[in-house]
Amino acid sequence: MGVGIEVKGLNAWYGKNQSLREIDMSVPANHVTAVIGPSGCGKSTFVRCLNRMHETIPEARAEGTVKVGEMEVYGDTDPVEVRRRIGMVFQKPNPFPTMSIYGNVAAGLKLNGFRNRKQMDELVERSLKLAALWEEVKDHLHKKSGASLSGGQQQRLCIARALAVEPEVLLMDEPASALDPISTSKIEELIFQLKQHYTVVIVTHNMQQAARVAELTGFFLMGSLIELDKTEKIFTNPADKRTEDYVTGRFG
Amino acid sequence: MRSRFQQGLDELKEKLLRMGGLAEQAIDRATEAYRTRDPKYCQMVLTGENAINEAEREIDELALDLLAMQQPMAIDLRFILAVVKINADLERVGDQAVNITQRVLDLISEPPIDLPVDIPKMADAVSTMVQRALESFLDGKAEVAEAVLQMDGIVDRMKDEAFVVLVQRMHDDPASVRAALDVLLIARNLERIADHATNIAEDVIFWVRGADVRHGGAHFRE
Repeated sequence: MGVGIEVKGLNAWYGKNQSLREIDMSVPANHVTAVIGPSGCGKSTFVRCLNRMHETIPEARAEGTVKVGEMEVYGDTDPVEVRRRIGMVFQKPNPFPTMSIYGNVAAGLKLNGFRNRKQMDELVERSLKLAALWEEVKDHLHKKSGASLSGGQQQRLCIARALAVEPEVLLMDEPASALDPISTSKIEELIFQLKQHYTVVIVTHNMQQAARVAELTGFFLMGSLIELDKTEKIFTNPADKRTEDYVTGRFG
Repeated sequence: MRSRFQQGLDELKEKLLRMGGLAEQAIDRATEAYRTRDPKYCQMVLTGENAINEAEREIDELALDLLAMQQPMAIDLRFILAVVKINADLERVGDQAVNITQRVLDLISEPPIDLPVDIPKMADAVSTMVQRALESFLDGKAEVAEAVLQMDGIVDRMKDEAFVVLVQRMHDDPASVRAALDVLLIARNLERIADHATNIAEDVIFWVRGADVRHGGAHFRE
């Protein structure tokens, strides 16, 4: 099951440049929350702070409190454990090119010391089913490499890989922006299904996509969270003028 | 700024205002037909209806295109939704003006009869409501729209009063039944136009403030 995320006083920097300012945000469990905003507004930095990916960039740092369920992300928790419990899918599908489909999905499990072959088979199958890819790949799990799949299939493979380690939260940074409309709608449908089991936070440039998949939407601008509300409210009658200017395209 | 989209919105507004002008003109001509008993005004209303119907089609088409091609959001989305609804109301105003002229044609086929109802006064109030509702749409002024909502009760009372005196007259003087019935129906048509003006005002408030004020409430999306 998914867990909620509580962010308090989150600040982030790249060197001397502050990219997030005092973010307070509650993300409810088992919901899809979209993060929108213009380029450079801090939305990707924000999700990367949720699983401590931000600090993997040289000179990048973050301060504040992020609580995922009962876990203090910036406490004593091992960052590897943080990232196991908070999976991430990126803009461009990035399967391990030399590994088979099976190997890709099992990679995270192996990394976490998982050795039981039968259980691993079950987890790979379950993850591929959750990612709505099983039917398309079940006959050549070991024969085909991850890179041989289409872009949309590769992205679902990456989602399956993220799900295999049984995370509670799934972060998605523009997961469909490199895909064609049919693959995009498959991913969107998938996101909608996944919230039964996970809490999903999705960064997207595509406002229609946010409107289609997310129950809550947060608007970021210049490193600040301007407004977080039900998606319907954000796209029909936002409270803040800056949000309205952005969603109506009058921004800038 | 999305200039092509803004052009589309401007065009939609302009078309709707032009249609509003046609609807106002139809009310005024129908009233003039009643006042003067001159069938040429009736003819004008009947001919003018085609232009209103044509405008309705054009506006719906443009609104549909903008929804499909531009995926409007927030205030723009509310604007287009309001336009589509106002469009339907204005078309109905045109229909009511036609109904009035049909009653007037029946009235003037008989010798004039003096009835104790001031239809031109009622038509004046109704025409003002439509005018103000369109003015609130032109300027995006919710407060002007609110004033229109207040006027609806006045027109309702006028119609109720007309009903009472006309029924009494029909009772007292059976020879006047046909004319009294025509005038009663005209009063009802005018009252319906006032209802359409009220709907238009409510749609303007929805567009500008995002509040649904229909059915006597002020509902904001939570």
